[in-house]
Amino acid sequence: MATPVGAAVVVVGGGVTGLSAAWWLARSGVDVLVLDKGVIGWEASGRNGGGASHYHSPLFHEEQRLWPRMDELLGYPTEYRRERVIFALTGSDLAAYRGMAAEGRRLGYSVDDLDPKEVRALVPMASEANIGGVHLHYGGQANPQRTVQAYAWALQDLGGRIAQHTPVTRIVEAGGRIVAVETARGRIGLDALVVAAGPQTGMLLKTVGVRLPLGYGRAEMIVTEPAPLMRIGGVDGNGLYGRQTLRGNLAFGGGPHEWIDLAADGPVARPTSPLTRNLARRVAELMPGAANLRLIRSWAGVIENTPDGRPVLDRLENPANLVVATMSSVGFGLSPASGHAIRDLVVDGRCSFANLDKLKLSRFETVGDDWLEVRGWLPPELAQAPAAP
Amino acid sequence: MPRLTDPSALDGKLAPPEEHAEVLVVGAGPAGAAAAIEAAKRGASVMLVDENPLDPQLIGLDVPLLYGGRMGGAVQRRGRLVEQLLAANPALEEAIERGVDVRLGVTAWGLYLNGPALRALPAPMVGLADEDRSWMCGFDRLILATGARDVALGFPGWDQPGVVGAAGLHALLQRYDAFTGRRIVVLGSGELAVATALMIQERGLEVVAVVETLRRPQASSGSLARLKAAGVPVLTGQTPRRAEGGRDGVERLVLSDGRGRETTLECDTVCLAFGQAPAIELLSSAGGLSVPDSRRGGHAPVLQGWATSLPGVFTAGDAAGLTRSEAEAAEQGRQAARQALGAKAAGRPPAGADAWAYQAAWFEALTRDVDPSLMVCQCESVTRGDLLEVRAPRYLGEPAAPAMARDLGSLSADGPLNQDQVKRLTRAGMGPCQGRRCREQIALTLAQASGAAPAAVPLATYRAPVRPLPLKIMADWNETSAMTDGWEIWFAIPGQWSAYDDIGTEREFVTPFGGEA
Repeated sequence: MATPVGAAVVVVGGGVTGLSAAWWLARSGVDVLVLDKGVIGWEASGRNGGGASHYHSPLFHEEQRLWPRMDELLGYPTEYRRERVIFALTGSDLAAYRGMAAEGRRLGYSVDDLDPKEVRALVPMASEANIGGVHLHYGGQANPQRTVQAYAWALQDLGGRIAQHTPVTRIVEAGGRIVAVETARGRIGLDALVVAAGPQTGMLLKTVGVRLPLGYGRAEMIVTEPAPLMRIGGVDGNGLYGRQTLRGNLAFGGGPHEWIDLAADGPVARPTSPLTRNLARRVAELMPGAANLRLIRSWAGVIENTPDGRPVLDRLENPANLVVATMSSVGFGLSPASGHAIRDLVVDGRCSFANLDKLKLSRFETVGDDWLEVRGWLPPELAQAPAAP
Repeated sequence: MPRLTDPSALDGKLAPPEEHAEVLVVGAGPAGAAAAIEAAKRGASVMLVDENPLDPQLIGLDVPLLYGGRMGGAVQRRGRLVEQLLAANPALEEAIERGVDVRLGVTAWGLYLNGPALRALPAPMVGLADEDRSWMCGFDRLILATGARDVALGFPGWDQPGVVGAAGLHALLQRYDAFTGRRIVVLGSGELAVATALMIQERGLEVVAVVETLRRPQASSGSLARLKAAGVPVLTGQTPRRAEGGRDGVERLVLSDGRGRETTLECDTVCLAFGQAPAIELLSSAGGLSVPDSRRGGHAPVLQGWATSLPGVFTAGDAAGLTRSEAEAAEQGRQAARQALGAKAAGRPPAGADAWAYQAAWFEALTRDVDPSLMVCQCESVTRGDLLEVRAPRYLGEPAAPAMARDLGSLSADGPLNQDQVKRLTRAGMGPCQGRRCREQIALTLAQASGAAPAAVPLATYRAPVRPLPLKIMADWNETSAMTDGWEIWFAIPGQWSAYDDIGTEREFVTPFGGEA
């Protein structure tokens, strides 16, 4: 597309959060432009586990309300399916899952406790050694890649614009307001700015003196060839998160992350490690019926985390036309609701459906500059390089 | 003050490799065997791995070559195949005599080196697997001699048994002695096609014809003279319109001269011999740089001498850029071994014919007026029409009428077309063959739809494992206790899963359930 010169609202970041926000804004008739440094959904938004069961979040009820309607609202398939089965091989896992179920019930949602036989009835590939689980009649899972594109296409259908390959280098402030962003394709004027740039959110905010402390982690997943479809595709346990795609593939992640240094232009590479084998083991343990399936790909994503692991969804007091949005490593499933919240913050100044006071940026004012060292969120020290022969 | 480490981070959890080689060579073809022998001569301890004889199920999946369902029961007899591979490759015997640790039936499925976004490895290592298990092997120097892949371009009916690649056919005939076809049509008329046709004839099988879509045959006059002397018919200006067949696959190939005249060739096998590409999967999966280089056969490694962009990793033979002869590949292997061991090395990959120009000409001819039901991705049943329309997969049902038409044209208006993006939307290339049979066709489709040169379409990513291996084989059944004890489902940040209402209360750090992300 031709280089845009301005928009009423500019959203920096074409991930799920930014695209959902832009779609919600466009639904309200706002002239909105999404800028992405590369291709939309290319980072963690398009490479995550697809889960949509975030009972801990203030956006939870809105997440649960919206997901069953998203295909219809967007006009494109997200592959969303409701429900989730989580089952355990150990007593401590089972206690955790039952606790999660209790929290779901407390919030007004339906959950069944499952005995081992009931687990195997729902998950034929499940281990005979399973000791039971839970069946959530809410939550569920969607296809991240398809969902990102669905937001983008739905946004364009409403007249919203997306400029790919347009990295933002600087935010421009004048007279106490944000007035523009500088991009690799020139300056773009705006009335309001949403920064939802994933790992790069902090760096961009720094250009106008706003401090958002973030650590950057790389997490890994694997996927198998298709298996026969289970009645419920959202199945996990054994330290894994994941899903069966509607095609039948088993996609799972979990386990150790690696803290990394982030280049100014974002993640340049997303390598996987031999952790692939540990993930393969846990999938085979959880579902021995899947042990003969072929592992066909591994991949990794780079995700930002705030010091408390919780989002920042905040329209600042100064500059007052700036909304900061990071979901702190848990953004995909909540995206229908986070976009709605951001739309509300931009248009109305406050969220219409949830109290977001605990997600304000100001809570990190007392976090020291050495917080990454203090938390041990630093990249690994390199092992000694091998001696040349 | 001692450095603090996040207990649920990867640091210290990955085991050191189970074994180690000073020089590890992947691929025991002419380049790899010569490299291993040269390194052993120079006093290095050398391990040489080769995935042949392959798991017969991989051959059935067309991994790593296009075998086209034309393998006989002989591929099941691994013991006999090992003897045959040794007999067919005298260099292996020499390697063993020189003390090289030769491992046949061992697949290299992953390459791992520390870099900007991965620092947790205790050492550079390669993932290996045999028919029972997988393990990691460390190395000081690695030489990738992984050869060439088949380039497949489809026509109606190509998705049935009997359509093989030149490399797949070569492997079944020469390495396995397990090819079941008898009457073969060879597509293409370059040096690869001529060599393939002559090999087929030497083995006592019939070459029905060599077929060229262009007006002139492409090989040198010397090669064409040998073909003529062998009595092989060369049909030019002829393009396959469809392969017809029955229960056992291809029975005939119908050609068109582009002016409405059709010719039918009775055959049981159609061999795609219009192209091969350097097999750069391992290199690329580890972040090794490649460049579009049509004269080397496609995307080829960035080289300094025989060194790749990855420290300690070298490459030679067809994997570095298509070679013209086995002797040339062997000499490259020796030079790469010298360079790997710090000696002066010479040579560079040869500049061959313009591979993409030739493949694009074939692709244009094969897709001219072709029905959009032409199958492109066999694993995921994605047709040419699906690709052009960027259609969501069929298991999602009929799409609602969108507010705007979406196709490769509208997608390219948003930015240069990218195979990984189209793959995510259509699933083309996402199946168990890991995109081997369709990646070049998809790239050429994107180039065609957007008017871009084939070289301008970015390489679709390769990811470990670069062979589709079963979970039970891939699994690390002896993981470190640090891995077991430190395993968390997500980042394990205290309070991340606390109920929102509890934040700021005395319950804030009491309630977390270790829940799902």
